[in-house]
Amino acid sequence: MISAGAIDCDIHPSIPGITALLPYLPGHWSTMVQTRGMDDLNSMSYPANAPLTARTDWRPASGKPGGSLGQIQRECLDGFGTSIAICNCLYGVQLLFAEDMAVAFARAVNDWTRCELLDRDPRLRASIVIPIQSVERSVDEIERCATDPRFVQVLLLASGDQPLGKRVYWPIYAAAQRHGLPIGIHAGSSYHNPPTAVGWPTYYTEDYVAQAQAFQSQLTSLICEGVFNRYPDLKVVLLESGWTWLPAHLWRLTKYWRGLRMEIPWVDRSPADIVRSNVRLSLQPTDGPPDRVSMERIIEHMKSNELLLFSTDYPHWQFEGTNALPADLPASLMRQIMVDNPRATYARLLEPVA
Amino acid sequence: MSRHVVAPTSEIAPGERKLFTVKGRPVAIFNLGGQYYGMLNRCPHQGGSLCEGIVTGLLQSSMPGEYIYSREGEIVRCPWHGWEFDIRTGQSYCDPEKIRSKSYAVTAEHGADLVEGPFVAETIPVRIEEDYIVVEM
Amino acid sequence: MSVQIRPTAAATSSSRLAVADCDIHPAVRAETDLDPWLSQRWRDHRTTFNAGRRIGMQAGPAYPKSQPNASRRDAQPPEGGRQGSSLSFMQIQHLDPNNVKLGILNPLGSGQGMSNPDLSAAICHATNEWQLAEWTGKDRRLKASVVVPYEDAAASAAEIRLWAGHPDFVQVLVLSRTAEPLGNRRYWPIYEAAAEANLPVAVHAFGYGGSPITSTGWPSHYIEEMTGHAQSSQAGLTSLVIEGVFERFPDLRMIMVEAGFAWAPSLMWRLDKAWKTLRAETPHLKLSPSEYIRRQVWWTTQPMEEPDPREHLLDTIGWIGWDRLLFATDYPHWDFDDPAHVLPLKISEAQRQQFLIGNAQAVYGMVA
Repeated sequence: MISAGAIDCDIHPSIPGITALLPYLPGHWSTMVQTRGMDDLNSMSYPANAPLTARTDWRPASGKPGGSLGQIQRECLDGFGTSIAICNCLYGVQLLFAEDMAVAFARAVNDWTRCELLDRDPRLRASIVIPIQSVERSVDEIERCATDPRFVQVLLLASGDQPLGKRVYWPIYAAAQRHGLPIGIHAGSSYHNPPTAVGWPTYYTEDYVAQAQAFQSQLTSLICEGVFNRYPDLKVVLLESGWTWLPAHLWRLTKYWRGLRMEIPWVDRSPADIVRSNVRLSLQPTDGPPDRVSMERIIEHMKSNELLLFSTDYPHWQFEGTNALPADLPASLMRQIMVDNPRATYARLLEPVA
Repeated sequence: MSRHVVAPTSEIAPGERKLFTVKGRPVAIFNLGGQYYGMLNRCPHQGGSLCEGIVTGLLQSSMPGEYIYSREGEIVRCPWHGWEFDIRTGQSYCDPEKIRSKSYAVTAEHGADLVEGPFVAETIPVRIEEDYIVVEM
Repeated sequence: MSVQIRPTAAATSSSRLAVADCDIHPAVRAETDLDPWLSQRWRDHRTTFNAGRRIGMQAGPAYPKSQPNASRRDAQPPEGGRQGSSLSFMQIQHLDPNNVKLGILNPLGSGQGMSNPDLSAAICHATNEWQLAEWTGKDRRLKASVVVPYEDAAASAAEIRLWAGHPDFVQVLVLSRTAEPLGNRRYWPIYEAAAEANLPVAVHAFGYGGSPITSTGWPSHYIEEMTGHAQSSQAGLTSLVIEGVFERFPDLRMIMVEAGFAWAPSLMWRLDKAWKTLRAETPHLKLSPSEYIRRQVWWTTQPMEEPDPREHLLDTIGWIGWDRLLFATDYPHWDFDDPAHVLPLKISEAQRQQFLIGNAQAVYGMVA
């Protein structure tokens, strides 16, 4: 039962195709796309026709799932009865290698999102897609989009060129903190490195399962590099991560921190405490145990009711019907997950939208 | 509690430490610049022999990239998992936030009331009497 | 610096429960210890060209350790030599006082993963001979691993077949960070030979396969690498399941060593969910991932997780199964787990016995 005022923290409108971006590509880029015969930037993180990429009833007869405002309104906003949904556009901008091209596409994606979605339904919000290939230009794009209060987060992928805690990325976190924007790390890879910790997998199934490990690696990096020491107000949201891996990961990291503190002496708080104050995780998918008692136990292992943020992950296929809330989740947490935690995480959601 | 004469002070030079058995319990005695400190030779984590660990200073930092090294010779690290213990107080630095919120008397008595979770090594009070190291246990 | 000699070994072994230590690291005193089993050609090659390992350092690890040789500081043998290189000291310090009834040797740095496949095979074979001559032949509590040059599966299968049936060898050893994920078909001849020989395959954390050690590049710190073994081993296990190694070799036992185990329940739940949705991709899988894992996978316990409160671990072990965990100390490494302190929880005697020795005896086919 979706609460009044529920906020969906992870939905995926599709950009219908590269031609849809042509009006938004600055300067000569529109011409380049056409004369070079560029393909649509579709990431292998979500093969177009793979079952997980879109639930069957959300696949249109033609075009991409979530590819029109009408679909999004009908199937997602109205379908779940949420008051707000945050759009995380997974167009493959991060896959590119050329900085300038990436900048052009990031701008185009954000402008497309603003004009085609945010301007047309007041329930929609969005994350700023940044050209991670250039940290400097990423900061520029954050500054450019942050003036619009409907952009509520900065979007990164779970696997990129380097672990996200590395200092090279810190200007992005400085800009995000400055504007009160959480960093949203979403499942997916730029494929600039093999998408698992041990090389290239054979099956897509392996790739998708590996996303959980990517989040674990990123969380380790952010904590150990001291991102939260340097940016104590920064919030990081792990989107589409599966979340039930978190307790075990923190046990391991905390144990090693106790003996290896001297390598990272700025980490003066337990990693588990850092996560509870600065990190949040979206609900879908829930890689949950098959029974209610076990679900209650894993929730207990999380040691905080503030961590989970409601999401449907529309149109990815994570559940049936409108069962976006796992049946075994304690009822007492539902409202907090759907309303309170998202509102506490995304301060901009509380701002009135003109 | 009884008084045990453990060794002449000359047996442990400044910067050194030595292991003794007192009343059946292993006690590590450290000489920090002429002052003697005792510690039960058992790491509160998993029981590692603290006397066989390395004695170092304390590395602290207020910001990533900053390294402030101080108190050389005053910290003993368990030879196993490397937990850091203040030789004088037994307090561990393995969880710095938990330490900042507590204060301990330097002349720690041993006893169950001072052992708090896994973060404090049991200190043993040491006295010097006419060039002899004396412990009370 | 003078430090009082370590206390005499407490004669407490009989008061301690018997344990199986499923991860002991014997070391050579010098590279030349392997010379009796290495041809002159390889001795010269090793000296002159060293051994490419897909990392930059000529010697030592990519990430500097936190303690010399990643070892306990009290594990230096009194007669000299590396930690773990002295059988007599290992007996005095560890095997005897901890009542180790069964000790599984996992020799690291023994040629595995070297870029030159012939050198790799030569050193692996020499290491296997060395284990027999210097360790299992001298202390019957110890059992050896068939160390194989896993990037050359055919050579590995040959090495396994060479030792199959030898009572001192109880498993095959590979490392976790391989050139391609462990389930990749290039490695299947290893599993075929191991299954044929009725030897479990132990996947031990470490190795350098040539990929960055995370899916998002190379982290900065040793602590990140140590934490990261959980991710590497999860990726390897995922590959083994999804590629169908357990379907193809239903009698094969795999042991995940030194990567922790608390990650296993969530991974199993995630694997089942993803497999269910994406089943069409893997028609070769007849069972769910968690069914394969429950049937064929075990984990060593070190480094033992330490949740707060500790009791949370009971849930985790319940989800994995009390029969799946194999106690290990990782002697002489620094993140050693002492069997007397490793599981400070109220559990039944049967559970403790299983955990400390019973499961290992079952997996290795030993008489209890």
